[in-house]
Amino acid sequence: MTTASLPRTYRDYAHSGWRRALLNQGSIIIAVLVVVTTVAIFAVPHFGQPITFTYLLRDMAPALLIALPMTLIIITGEIDLSVASIVGLASVTVGVLVQGGVPIEVAFLVALLVGAIAGLVNGLLITKIGLPSLAVTIGTLALYRGIAVGLLGTQAVTDFPKFWTDLAKARILDTPIPVSTILVVVLAIVFVVLLHFTRFGRGIYAIGLSDEAARFAGVKIERTKTILYVLSGTVSAIAGIYWTLLYNNARGDNAMGLELSVIAAVLLGGVSIFGGTGALHGVLAGVLLIGTLASALRLANVTSDVINIITGVLLVLSVVSTSFLRWLKTARSKPRRTRTVER
Amino acid sequence: MNTFKRLITARETGILIAFAIVLVATTVRNPNFTFSGDGFRDLLVTPAMLIIIAVGQAVVLITRNVDLSVGSILGLSAYLTGQLFIGTDLPIPVVALLVIIFGGLLGLVNGALIALAKVPALVITLGTMYAYRGINVMWTGSDRVNASDFPKAFLEIGTGKLWFVPWLTIVAIVVLIAVAWVMRNTRSGREFYAIGSDPAAAHLYGLPATKRIISAFILSGALAGLAGLVYASRYGTVDSQAGYGLELDAVGAAVIGGVAIAGGVGTVWGAAVGALLLTTINRALPVLGIPDFWQRAVVGVLIIGAIVLDRVLAVRQARRLAKGADR
Repeated sequence: MTTASLPRTYRDYAHSGWRRALLNQGSIIIAVLVVVTTVAIFAVPHFGQPITFTYLLRDMAPALLIALPMTLIIITGEIDLSVASIVGLASVTVGVLVQGGVPIEVAFLVALLVGAIAGLVNGLLITKIGLPSLAVTIGTLALYRGIAVGLLGTQAVTDFPKFWTDLAKARILDTPIPVSTILVVVLAIVFVVLLHFTRFGRGIYAIGLSDEAARFAGVKIERTKTILYVLSGTVSAIAGIYWTLLYNNARGDNAMGLELSVIAAVLLGGVSIFGGTGALHGVLAGVLLIGTLASALRLANVTSDVINIITGVLLVLSVVSTSFLRWLKTARSKPRRTRTVER
Repeated sequence: MNTFKRLITARETGILIAFAIVLVATTVRNPNFTFSGDGFRDLLVTPAMLIIIAVGQAVVLITRNVDLSVGSILGLSAYLTGQLFIGTDLPIPVVALLVIIFGGLLGLVNGALIALAKVPALVITLGTMYAYRGINVMWTGSDRVNASDFPKAFLEIGTGKLWFVPWLTIVAIVVLIAVAWVMRNTRSGREFYAIGSDPAAAHLYGLPATKRIISAFILSGALAGLAGLVYASRYGTVDSQAGYGLELDAVGAAVIGGVAIAGGVGTVWGAAVGALLLTTINRALPVLGIPDFWQRAVVGVLIIGAIVLDRVLAVRQARRLAKGADR
């Protein structure tokens, strides 16, 4: 993406396990999240009430879900800008089918299939034809959104079985935790295991660090990337179905612009846009941080638009501070021969 | 003959032909699209804003960067234009100059962060896209600048024309020719290409990459500021959402016109023709009987078609070169 080349020295890996665990950006974001939440509970009226957390977790679920596959894709050094359009497309699919009298459960399955195919198209264009993912997914961002808006026009389908819309809003027993959080947690566990504890996951990091080295190490790059895009499409479709039920509303412009805020949260959570580094705990904290800040500010009667500025500034700071710290480190230590990998 | 052949086979020509087909098909369906006074004016004036932004975006893309903040810079600049007219008695050229400088400064912030901190443009401009839009929304709130707040002469620039060409179109064409000339003929223009096609080689060769990248972003910002002026004078009302989402259109126009996301390839001509095609298709669809809800889908197909085409052409050329080397 840039002419800037970040030297990645092996000294970054020289610290012992616990220091690496505590001093990475992901952990810092978790700490910031805890601080912000604590301050908000005491300083912002009504923020401490359980209902706030219910709404927060409910509304953040789509972003949390989409952030999972997005993290994996960015770690391979690629990007997927079409996710929010797939949310809209899945939502419209459910809407159109239910309107046409198809049982909603069948509509769910079709929407999931549509999402998977949308992801597959992305993946094949990127891996088989060898196109840059940024260009491809800018194209499919417009294409999928265009199909979604084209199918329904300005109409909205708002008539869904009460059982399902209630389920999307329901809470677990008497706790403030919404049922949808179970979905988020289950998928988060799946993705954490996939990324951090499987051969496939190690391959994802390897691809991000060096395509060529990964290929020599026997990682099937094309297959891995295609699978990731299919996963991304499918999870976006899940988010789209959930969105439809939660807001009882299938519209072509659902979740417009969500892709950029999800990517912002992923990068904020410590995933490098160059690929090769990052972990899911930081990403989930990043999504929650932006959501919590927005919610706290709204309750504090600060115009919620400030959240845009905060998101932007945090994002810029998170990348600039990393390279500033690296610059400090190299300026302090005597020049020594370190092996660098130019990317 | 050689020049003629090059002109015929140029990547830009293909898009121009596509534009011609759309134009002819639409005009056959409804002659007013081209031949009525309003139709002809709209045909020329509507693409002006996107052309200006796409030219800046193309220069940034050629250096292997991307500027996602242009829509937000446009919005801020358009609102600033209104506020300058409301709050001061400055003459129009001074206001215009101030707004363009303002856009350039916002671009400088992008460029300085990217080139000095050596962080990816995608991340920084995504961040400033939010930050600039946030500042805009905070500043504007639910307020808006109305046509009555602008001097009459300023709005006349938006509606008036020289002989048969609208002023705003002339502005876009002047920008296009100037930037195209610099990119093609000057040393610094060629350096943009060198930096984008092989950053490491450009560095070894001693090209001032930092300086060029910063200037590309300043240009992109200043042109977004200019586009803000165009927006204000064409539409007359500016709220906090002016230019929202335009960044993807600008990247799309450049990509359709053959500018490679990977840098080093393409011309600002191509980006301008891409912008022309995009805006015209958007207006042509309803005339052709396709509900305008399908606009975005068509745009998506165009972008994907364009990059697939570029890839196929590149592979063919590589094969031809390899064959030539064998001989």
